Amino acid sequence: MRGPSIAQIVLVIAALATVPLLTASNVVLNFLIVALLIALVGQGWNVLGGYGGQYSFGHAAFFGTGAYVNAILQMRYGVNAWMAFALGIAGGALVGAAIGALSFRSGLKGSYFALVTLAFAEVLRILASVAPITGAGVGILITLDLRAQAFQFQGRAPFYWIVLALVAVSLVIVRLIEQSRFGAWLVAVRENEDAAKAVGVDTARVKLAAMTISAAITAAGGAFYAQYFLFIDSSIAYGPWISVEALLAPIVGGVGTVFGPLLGAVVVKTLGELTKLITGDAPGLDLVIYGGLLVLIIAFAPRGIAGLLADLRLRFARLRSSALERAHG
Amino acid sequence: MLSPVILVPAVLNGLLTGAVYGLVALGLTLIYGVLHIINFAHGALLTAAMFGAFFAHRLIGLDPYLAAVVLTPLFFALGYCLQRFVIGPAAHGVDRNILLVTLGLAVVIENVLLYAFGADTRTLNLDYAFNVVDLGIAFLAVPRVIGFGIVLAVALVLWLILTLTDTGKAIRAVAKEKLGAELSGIDVAHIYAVTFGLGTACLAIAACLLIPTYYVNPHVGNAFVLVAFTIVVLGGMGSVTGALIGGLFIGVVESLSGLYLGESLGQIGIFVMFILVVLFRPSGLFGERA
Repeated sequence: MRGPSIAQIVLVIAALATVPLLTASNVVLNFLIVALLIALVGQGWNVLGGYGGQYSFGHAAFFGTGAYVNAILQMRYGVNAWMAFALGIAGGALVGAAIGALSFRSGLKGSYFALVTLAFAEVLRILASVAPITGAGVGILITLDLRAQAFQFQGRAPFYWIVLALVAVSLVIVRLIEQSRFGAWLVAVRENEDAAKAVGVDTARVKLAAMTISAAITAAGGAFYAQYFLFIDSSIAYGPWISVEALLAPIVGGVGTVFGPLLGAVVVKTLGELTKLITGDAPGLDLVIYGGLLVLIIAFAPRGIAGLLADLRLRFARLRSSALERAHG
Repeated sequence: MLSPVILVPAVLNGLLTGAVYGLVALGLTLIYGVLHIINFAHGALLTAAMFGAFFAHRLIGLDPYLAAVVLTPLFFALGYCLQRFVIGPAAHGVDRNILLVTLGLAVVIENVLLYAFGADTRTLNLDYAFNVVDLGIAFLAVPRVIGFGIVLAVALVLWLILTLTDTGKAIRAVAKEKLGAELSGIDVAHIYAVTFGLGTACLAIAACLLIPTYYVNPHVGNAFVLVAFTIVVLGGMGSVTGALIGGLFIGVVESLSGLYLGESLGQIGIFVMFILVVLFRPSGLFGERA
């Protein structure tokens, strides 16, 4: 399968890594941190939705679990922040595996799968809004402790590099999946599940593995969110907003491509910020733009921005070759 | 604990609420039965209709039951146009895309309402909102009893449309065998849009029945739509009677679990039930096809 080489990924990440050296602006860094966070969460969705064709409407379930496991372990059990972060990822993966095992064993796909993931996220949201351990309606505040051991930093630059590193890892993982036999199985499931099964692909297991990886990546985003903002509650962690952003980023950027979620997250977040700049603090307007963008992309560019760019390059190449022919002819 | 003095009113009130749930689910199941898509914009459209009914009363003093007469055709037209000019063309006939397009529409509608009216929760103060009928064993709110009656009437009308009219027959033909219907000269795009319009029109009626006793805010539809999904799955996707019976059943379940578990955990009862039904009996309790 064609895609960027590891060297290209390293190049992009290295270029992005220089940003904090060029600017100390908190506004810029904060914007990029949030965009990268969404890219990470979206990359998680992309593994299952983009490559596997299983559209989840409830990735909040994994995001929220990553966030809550991280925060609860630190605040209630005094676990080291880095350890709690890692366990948050594991927790998200576990929830992903559990939901995946239940849904795929029952043969859910398409609308049913979207619905059931949505329902699981809502169940978790309601549970988190009443259970004492999650701080119920109040939420959890992670105590300020600006030391590197506590995964907290004075400035924004370290957070930026950490989330960038997480995005880099996710890019490499997805690229490796793309090249692997597992990736080929996954795409086969997306393109025609019955045919994949007929040639001997264990489709249920492939989907389950994809969902576990997907959930782990998204949970990393959730755990990072808790660490960066130091506060979560049930409507942030398990709220529908994150399920929507998780699928919006890859679909806008280019579904089932390595760089799609990153590209999409930057575009989506830029549009959101521009709306806020133009209209001031208007509640809901940025989401109106997101929803409209989702419809427009599907209507006019189903392969996302990456697809548009590829088409453009193709047209350009054709134009040039015909110009060359004319020049020589 | 199971004193009939508490239990009977809870069950009766559950049935009354369940009837409106049934109507919301009816719209959803109709759309699913014909277009084979889950309309994620259903909740947002219900919210829009509730705002419509609210402002019809607030601005021009139109009683919600009269507003239904205006809103129903209006929402039929809205649903028709959405399917004909937005969802249909945008989705390129791919199921996955339809899911996303309706989700996008839901996000747009909900947040336009949020932008326009703010997050405030509003209620209408109608002088008959608190009238009750005394059944001896339970008091029932008059608007909800009227609502129950209207839901049954709407279901009957819908059934008559589907069985007696040419359009209704075309709808059923498309639901059964799309290609065959197309080959015999039925304009499938038109029938899809009509069905979507009918489903949306159900929401306008449901909104007018809800508004006298319920509140409205930009997110109010979400609560109903997940319940409606549950009902639709429970009743069997695409089954009209299933939607009604499922609605009544869920209304009672919600009322009882609210009674024993408290408000917020009572909601969980519905989701857990939904998940269990989807996982173990996706064809629904009354469904024909898997």
